[in-house]
Amino acid sequence: MTRYGRHNIGFLWLFVEPMLFTLGITALWTIAGFHHGSNLPITAFALTGYSTVLLWRNMPNRCVGAIIPNSSLMYHRNVRVLDIFLSRIALEAIGATMSFVTLGLVFNFLELMGPPENALGVVQGWLLTAWFGAGFAMLLGALSEKSELVEKLWHPAAYLLFPLSGAAYLVDALPPDFQRAALWLPMVNGTEMVREGYFGSKIVAHYDMTYLITCNMVVTLFALALERIVSREFVPE
Amino acid sequence: MIELKDIRKTYHARSGPVEVLRGLNLRVEKGDKVGIVGRNGAGKSTLIRLIGGIEQPSSGRITQTMRISWPLAFTGAFQGALTGIDNIRFICRVYGKPYDEVIDFVEDFSQLGRFLREPVKIYSSGMRARLAFAVSLMIDFDCYLIDEVVAVGDARFQARSHEELFEVRRDRAIILVSHDANYMRLHCDKAAVLEEGTLRHFQNVDDAVAYHSQRMLS
Repeated sequence: MTRYGRHNIGFLWLFVEPMLFTLGITALWTIAGFHHGSNLPITAFALTGYSTVLLWRNMPNRCVGAIIPNSSLMYHRNVRVLDIFLSRIALEAIGATMSFVTLGLVFNFLELMGPPENALGVVQGWLLTAWFGAGFAMLLGALSEKSELVEKLWHPAAYLLFPLSGAAYLVDALPPDFQRAALWLPMVNGTEMVREGYFGSKIVAHYDMTYLITCNMVVTLFALALERIVSREFVPE
Repeated sequence: MIELKDIRKTYHARSGPVEVLRGLNLRVEKGDKVGIVGRNGAGKSTLIRLIGGIEQPSSGRITQTMRISWPLAFTGAFQGALTGIDNIRFICRVYGKPYDEVIDFVEDFSQLGRFLREPVKIYSSGMRARLAFAVSLMIDFDCYLIDEVVAVGDARFQARSHEELFEVRRDRAIILVSHDANYMRLHCDKAAVLEEGTLRHFQNVDDAVAYHSQRMLS
């Protein structure tokens, strides 16, 4: 409510905002005849790529520096640091998912792209990316309480990660050395999984699910540990 | 019952660590009315915040079997961008209380009128304290923590607060921090002086107040 207000479309912004982002990117790439190293339909390519970016990027965006504006709510013993992170993560996950699904349906209806070959594969990649985003968000959110540097560094880092994240390329189109390097990034694995689910036989996807799950678990573990420390030390105004 | 055992609290300030509480003990039973006095900076608010669960002690243990309110003070507890009504809804949800009757009661009790539909950030500190007081009465805590907000509101508000807190809910415990010796004499049945990070307990409020004023003069 504090974020969307009661004016104009209110909380519909939750998914209209990411939709506009995705639409913009899709339009740009279509007009520019973006070269992505394969002959996949550009609309579907942009939608799967950019939606996945929004999924793992918006959660950390909202969790960095999330505690201070809500510090007065900590006056209530039932409200913990973790609650604030979880509620923000849930909102972003819902927003990004609604945007992805809605645009997917609309594009299908307009026949700009076909339905996914393997919907369950898409869901699987999507969920693992969401898990990664959630853990990463909590980690950065807790770290940002320890040091203001995190907030300053996260924005350029997020910006630089975008072209690296697999949204704008297929791993298969990279030279083999780059492929291995790219797959070190957990989100590239997630994006590849989403793409494989969507395009199936049309592409060769490269990912390591075990690696992604391991990354997720490690990140989540560190995030929860750090959250414990921060919530013990935190002093509301 | 609330029991604090050997509580220590250290803050890491820019100028180095500050040990505010140094091995403090306190026990509050159902229905106790405990007053706490101490000079500025003695750690009264820190103590209240530890009991309220806002902060954790650096060492020592707090055991509690009662529902304790959040510290009713001039700051905190509300999200400034939300209206009074939205804050009431939020607090009711957090404590698992249906909010319709709470809103009716608060509208009547707090005398905030149409300001309840305005963002809390435009409220004066007195208005916030009245809102906090009204909401907390409806949540049925077993123990109320009151940090210096006894003197808010006009005579009518004070009379009604007195009635709601000390008559209707006379079985509840209260921990009260105040500089107002008279108020404390009237409302508390025991008191403690907070000095040098520990509590000196008195069975009688007059003795505590007398001891404290003597220390202030010396």
